[in-house]
Amino acid sequence: MQDETRAENVIMLDVEQVSKDFGGVKALSEATCSIREGEIVCLIGPNGSGKTTLFNIITGFLKPDCGKIVFRGSDLLTLPPHHISKIGISRTFQNLRLIRRLSVLDNVLLAFDQQIGEHLSNLFMRTQASLQMEQRNRDEAFSLLEQVELAEKAHNAAEDLSYGQQKLLSIACCLATRADLLLFDEPIAGVSPYLTDRILSLIRDLPAEGKSVIMIEHNLDAAAPICDRMIFMDSGRIVSEGTPEAVRNNAQVIKAYIQ
Amino acid sequence: MDYFYHILVVVCIYAVLANSLNLLTGYTGLLSLAHAAFFGIGAYSAGLLALNAHMPFFVCILCAMVVAGILGLMVGLPSLRVRDDYLAITTFAFQILAFGCLNNWVSLTGGPQGLNGIPRPAIFGIVIASNAQFLVLTACVCSFTYWVVARIVRSPFGRVLKAIREDEIFAQSLGKNVAKYKLTVFVISSCLAALIGAVYAFYIVSIDPTGFTVMESIFIVSILIIGGAGSLWGPFVGAVVLVVLPEVLRQVGLPEALAANSRQILYGILLVTFMMWRPQGLFGEYKLGSSSREGK
Repeated sequence: MQDETRAENVIMLDVEQVSKDFGGVKALSEATCSIREGEIVCLIGPNGSGKTTLFNIITGFLKPDCGKIVFRGSDLLTLPPHHISKIGISRTFQNLRLIRRLSVLDNVLLAFDQQIGEHLSNLFMRTQASLQMEQRNRDEAFSLLEQVELAEKAHNAAEDLSYGQQKLLSIACCLATRADLLLFDEPIAGVSPYLTDRILSLIRDLPAEGKSVIMIEHNLDAAAPICDRMIFMDSGRIVSEGTPEAVRNNAQVIKAYIQ
Repeated sequence: MDYFYHILVVVCIYAVLANSLNLLTGYTGLLSLAHAAFFGIGAYSAGLLALNAHMPFFVCILCAMVVAGILGLMVGLPSLRVRDDYLAITTFAFQILAFGCLNNWVSLTGGPQGLNGIPRPAIFGIVIASNAQFLVLTACVCSFTYWVVARIVRSPFGRVLKAIREDEIFAQSLGKNVAKYKLTVFVISSCLAALIGAVYAFYIVSIDPTGFTVMESIFIVSILIIGGAGSLWGPFVGAVVLVVLPEVLRQVGLPEALAANSRQILYGILLVTFMMWRPQGLFGEYKLGSSSREGK
């Protein structure tokens, strides 16, 4: 028990004084926050408050104007996006990126890291090893798909899934990267109530596997029960952070959400 | 009979060209208009080595592939920044440059006269000279290319290529080094084009720059579009249709002057028809110029 609490207090991701300007519009100004190991944090705030910008900066798709981001000792700002994914940060996208014309199974298989068959020389020299690894990955992909109740659709094209199922698939892809920090951009927006429960319970169980989660969500009632902390952003600033109850009772939050 | 073999050799050559372009355009979504340039670079490299250095056949071919591979890497660099129409334009520029070099660097390439009297190749002591022998050789190269491309596209490597074709950002977010994949594919595709280019030089003995113009590049793209980009058999079907059809027109008795012109008209009609009603080609799974980024 002692060990567990200590592990939870270790800082995993440290965002320090990060700012980003888009031609005079301050998308982020001096945002500072940190995420601990095994924690679920919900990022809330009105549209245009800089939540997705922060995701894009953490995952390397945008470079900030100034500031510092450290993930388990590595400085993220010098790394390209694919490298950031390799060291253990994976994300979903608000506008749902998937390889629509490939099968559901292929989408998950794509996400596995360190595949022997992804190196050209191995295709011709280490054929057997590559095939064996592919088979192992297929088994693992199927068990992931079972977790998200998509195993039956494994051979359908990703574009044939419903919107909610596509969101589940993108989460499955994220998990397949074996990343320890998962960034979900509005995982339950526009999803049916049944799948919403499914997605939330999936996220809730992630810390038990040693993973941390940052999720952007507008549906506070749905997100509050599963998250440890909430961070409220407005106009590129982190205005308030703390337990879900504390943040939801903050005057500025109430003002922003009632307007 | 010799004429019949010749047609088949030409079909094989274009099938290899379309197949190697398919890896780049059909599977990775990088439209290149410089494929004839790599075909030409292969032909000239092999021809020059055979004529001036009297190198054996296999050495000539290997060197041709290395030269084209290095240039392919250079042409691939812009693809890291631009794609679709813009990439087509940058590769188009390389095609024009390559033709300019072949046509004007007289001391090396012989200028418009080209290279003449390239010796017949010998493989394990057997001199390849007749059309039938060349058919066997080109068919081997054709099968080899098919094997390489099939091996690649059915592997995890190929899966990443398709992901890059559909959504680069998603591929990056899953930890794929997109730049590395694009450059690798540019190099392989150029090497394969140079391989068949080298064989072509030995086959027709005399080469000159007119065989490697931008029209030739467009012709290769047409084969791919009509056969079907992103399918393994598409390039073969496309090559058969576009190479044999004009020959049939000639056989049915159209006068030579008319047949030559009608060929251009035919390509035009075929291309427009396919673009309107079957953009994925006869066998393809990928519509050129479209991607899942549409509608976002």
